[in-house]
Amino acid sequence: MVSPNTPAATDASASSATTIPDVVIRLAGNSQDGIQAVGGFLARLAGRSDQEVMTYMTIPSTISGGPSIFQVRMGSGEILSSGDRADVLVAFYQHSYENHRSSLRPGGVLLYDSDHVVPNPDDKEVTAVGVPMTSATVEAVGGSSKEKGKNIYVLGLIARMFDLDVPKLTQLIRERFTGKNEDIVRNALLAFDAGYAYPAENLRSCLYRLEKSTAPGGRPQVTGDGNTVLTYGLLAAGVRYGAGYPITPWSSIMETLRTELPKYGGLFVQCEDEIAAASTALGFAYAGHLSITGSSGPGLSLKMEALGWATMAEMPLIVINVQRGGPSTGLPTNIEQSDLLQAIYGSHGDCPRVVLAPKNVEDCFHIALEAGRIAREFSTPVIILTDQAIATRIEAFDEPDLAKLMVEVKPDTSTRDAAFKPYPLGGMTRHAPPGSVMASGKYPTVTGLEHDEHGHPTASPALHTKMTEKRREKIKAVANSLPAPELVGDESGEVLLIGWGCTYGPIREAMGRLRHAGVKAAHMQMRHLHPLAPGLEATFARYKHVLVVEINDEGLYGHGQLATLLRALTCNPAITSITKTDGLTYKVSEIVERVARKIDLPDSTIGMRKQSILAVTPR
Amino acid sequence: MSTPAPAAPVAPAADGTRAPLTKKILTADHPTWCPGCGDFAVLASFYKVLEKLNYPQEKIVTFAGIGCSSRFPYFVNTHGGHYIHGRALPFAAGISLGRDDLHVFVFGGDGDGFSIGGNHLVHTARKNPRLTYVIMDNSVYGLTKKQTSPTSPIGFKSKTDPWGAMDQPINPMRTLLNSGATFIARSHATQVNHMVEMMLKAAQHDGFSVVEILSECVEFFEGAFDGAVPRKGGSWQAIELKKNDGTPEDELRHDPTDKLAAMKLASEPWPGKFGIYYEDKVRPTKNALEQKLIATTREKTKNATDLELLSKTFARMR
Repeated sequence: MVSPNTPAATDASASSATTIPDVVIRLAGNSQDGIQAVGGFLARLAGRSDQEVMTYMTIPSTISGGPSIFQVRMGSGEILSSGDRADVLVAFYQHSYENHRSSLRPGGVLLYDSDHVVPNPDDKEVTAVGVPMTSATVEAVGGSSKEKGKNIYVLGLIARMFDLDVPKLTQLIRERFTGKNEDIVRNALLAFDAGYAYPAENLRSCLYRLEKSTAPGGRPQVTGDGNTVLTYGLLAAGVRYGAGYPITPWSSIMETLRTELPKYGGLFVQCEDEIAAASTALGFAYAGHLSITGSSGPGLSLKMEALGWATMAEMPLIVINVQRGGPSTGLPTNIEQSDLLQAIYGSHGDCPRVVLAPKNVEDCFHIALEAGRIAREFSTPVIILTDQAIATRIEAFDEPDLAKLMVEVKPDTSTRDAAFKPYPLGGMTRHAPPGSVMASGKYPTVTGLEHDEHGHPTASPALHTKMTEKRREKIKAVANSLPAPELVGDESGEVLLIGWGCTYGPIREAMGRLRHAGVKAAHMQMRHLHPLAPGLEATFARYKHVLVVEINDEGLYGHGQLATLLRALTCNPAITSITKTDGLTYKVSEIVERVARKIDLPDSTIGMRKQSILAVTPR
Repeated sequence: MSTPAPAAPVAPAADGTRAPLTKKILTADHPTWCPGCGDFAVLASFYKVLEKLNYPQEKIVTFAGIGCSSRFPYFVNTHGGHYIHGRALPFAAGISLGRDDLHVFVFGGDGDGFSIGGNHLVHTARKNPRLTYVIMDNSVYGLTKKQTSPTSPIGFKSKTDPWGAMDQPINPMRTLLNSGATFIARSHATQVNHMVEMMLKAAQHDGFSVVEILSECVEFFEGAFDGAVPRKGGSWQAIELKKNDGTPEDELRHDPTDKLAAMKLASEPWPGKFGIYYEDKVRPTKNALEQKLIATTREKTKNATDLELLSKTFARMR
């Protein structure tokens, strides 16, 4: 169905457009206004146009409604963060305007719904454009007084402002509503066209065009959020069985697995609680499958006893923890990186396990593959520590080469020879799932009790020592298989910035600004948090300051969780912390300012774009 | 397709080349229980059950939680294991749902089953995975040396209730009936033939089957179940099942498909009756429902390969 109303962008308006490299658009409304959908369309359009994109959203933890924002940064070049401040603010309501006006850079454009918002008339710092979004949408869609569709109207407006690819956008709208009532598709396209047809002269010459992106070539771009990409990574890693319990922001992973796994011949069980979920997942693992369970902070705490068993019984398992603000129910819809120590040291006894953290959305795919490989090769639980920010934001990236990367995992029920021992000392434990015939005639018991090589319970002092060592050395063997973390920037110098998880982009940009100002700086994002790759001490020693940037509390002794670990490991006093607990991701400027203070750099505003790229400049 | 087609449920081994299962083959470590413990008789009965079932040895799985009775898997020479306290049921559900070709048995005590694992008992019953759960109920915490258990009678003097237990004990049969278990039976560790019959029927049931066996702890609750032992002055009353032969005496026999009758039976004063309280042969197992879901879903995907499926998914993300 082709909309008859789509006006072609006139040459006249196109020629007067200013070309810009990238733009940050913040949409502010209420959570049911569909602003996420608009953000999603823009992000996917960027992906299909070989542009870079990163989004950022807040959701209220209320059951329904409440203010919400969606920010999208799109353009050419490498986009690492969703942008400190916006170039365009779309305000649906007075509260949206009042709460987010300060996020707009001087010279930026305020696009407000004149049916609901009365901006401050004395504010000359930004270009204010009032558009009757609500009434225009109602008029375009016709009949119903419902405001549904004004998000798509705004999408049309933005498409006009930035000369976006209309055929691609309308195609995306059609795809999104495929299978729904034809009226819905028609109404959406009517609203889009009405927004796009808004008289250009009323846009007060706010017309721009994004620089053509040079396609990196090769693979097509795909667009998705972290939880989705992680889920598909698990499918690629050979995960076919799993169990879970609902908790935000983990739930979307289990929902997707529940619907996807039967297609692959597997299944996902929604359990009665977190402990049952960990237990059922371990039952799948015992049965010979690569299986997963997952949760968010409080749920991971509940799973800890079962994870202790997994370490003792040496069972492969992938555990996902989508971190959020804690402790307790804390900030369920905000970002925090405060589960690191729980992931590494949670549970009772000496319980070494593997903890990994993806650095961005694309990495969610690859970290899932890596977790699967380590879990199977070393017969151990592996925790993937992702976080609310990565889970919910959308990025575009090269489609992974599935034919090369996909792994098939099947229970190995081959006959085990007479020498088989479930827990060999001096050898890697290889679980023999039920169905395997034991040539010795002796069938193995897997157990959480300390045991001998055959799985018989023992309290022998010598055996507990040896078996503890076996479990420890196994994880050390994982360490020796790890590559050194990627180091970008100066090989040695003033400051090394270290991060993990969602801080990757902002730290990388901050490092760039510091180097631009003449500071010898480098950035290392750690994907392997436990065990750590060998040789870090020598790398750290090459810098005057080693600053660990984390979203958690400085704790009783002044250091964030990863910084505490790294200090304990290296006894290097140059390691200090940059931490915060406001429930939000780092802005680049925040990091630069904090680093500047640490290293006595006089100007902390280096490299900051103070004026919006949209500021009216003489043509 | 990454999973083999589901095996036929609970098919006895017809493999002529193997020697039949014997007690000798099935015996593993020597039990660590106290002399006189009722659990010895349960173990001996279980060997007999496995001999009768004669499943392929490698397809039998015995699992347990924590407690005296939960040591069970160490004494049975099959695949098996010893999990954490109270959580053996969801673990075993994972085994059963993950591998439809296996025969899964779970053993545990009253603390494991009705206290720390109470939630899992209810929800496993609700889900109805194909597995058999044997609860060796001694009405006391034995491994930790005499604390009140969820089935300790009011007035029972323990280390945590020296003046006598005050909390209402769980009624296992009523609890299981309420939760939706599809096979519920009760037996006594002094009645070997009865135990064998109950466990055998439970194993042959297509669904979640539970047998509660009163099994005396001679160390911490001696004589707890004498009320059902004739040679100790008690009375043993087995449940007679309806034969549907139209005779007047059949009127009085129990219909195990009648939940209300089962509930009445479960509400009789202690020591109550022994036998099959309830059996639902109609409700499908979770194993069957999930396999059906897989089959219809795979049909919709036209049996696409894993690579084709995931490639299509990524193509939609372009």
